[in-house]
Amino acid sequence: MVLECKHVWEQISGYLDGSLDAETLEMVQKHLEHCEICSAILDSTRNILVLTADDRVFELPVDFSERLHARLEAEMIKEPGASSDA
Amino acid sequence: MTGSAEVRDEAALIAAILAGDTRHFHELIRPYERSVYVMAFSMLRNEAEAEDAAQEAFLKAFRKLNTFRADSKFGTWLISITLNEGRSRLRRRQIVKMDSLDTPAEEHCHVTPALLRDWREIPSEALERKEIRSLLRQAIDELPEIYREAFLLRNVEELSVNEAAEAIGISVGAVKVRLHRARMMLQKRLAPELKSMSPTKRRWFPWF
Repeated sequence: MVLECKHVWEQISGYLDGSLDAETLEMVQKHLEHCEICSAILDSTRNILVLTADDRVFELPVDFSERLHARLEAEMIKEPGASSDA
Repeated sequence: MTGSAEVRDEAALIAAILAGDTRHFHELIRPYERSVYVMAFSMLRNEAEAEDAAQEAFLKAFRKLNTFRADSKFGTWLISITLNEGRSRLRRRQIVKMDSLDTPAEEHCHVTPALLRDWREIPSEALERKEIRSLLRQAIDELPEIYREAFLLRNVEELSVNEAAEAIGISVGAVKVRLHRARMMLQKRLAPELKSMSPTKRRWFPWF
């Protein structure tokens, strides 16, 4: 069976997640070898995922952790047994 | 100190906290501070509110720790609480976009990607990295809510598809569908704009 482009588009997300079954994966790969349009769609989608991952690397607000633990401490004193008798 | 000496026994920490030794909660959550904040910030896009939402999420986790089931990962459970905290704040702020009211039915929405015959032939216009970040964030923010959530859990929080399904409370198949739609919508929206980056800006795309 030969896949048409629009069928390959439906598999791009699964392809990037590595979740396609062996048969579908092989058909998609064969298609990508000769189809520049689908290859470009795959590349551009992958780029967006990489950019998204890059954007995750930012500094937490200064003293975020200190303020968090101070607030937790304060709340725990107010309700020391909260977690066990909720 | 080696890594192996630091293997955490979360189950033991949780048991100790539930038995009343609540100080261990600080230690329990330390490895998750960043992921919870990043999830909150990715949903709310406001530092102060994200910090407050992250604090609330940890407090809620503390208060309902006795409902945590050991068959899930603690980190996934925390992210699920953070997701709910983020959702309720978005609703309170009334910035949930109108499109969430008419989000297309899951089975009847096909996204056609942007066709880029010349993806490898790059024109001249340069975009600064921060412009790209801003384009990307805006495009993510404008996704319909159910697609945005699936995308953030998988591609920002790096949960597995199964964990994302657990965090949202939907099937694995439904997560895959939402992820696919989210990614295709982003490709359609962003690829034509990113394509116009200059070659020097593209050096952090290793595929070209």
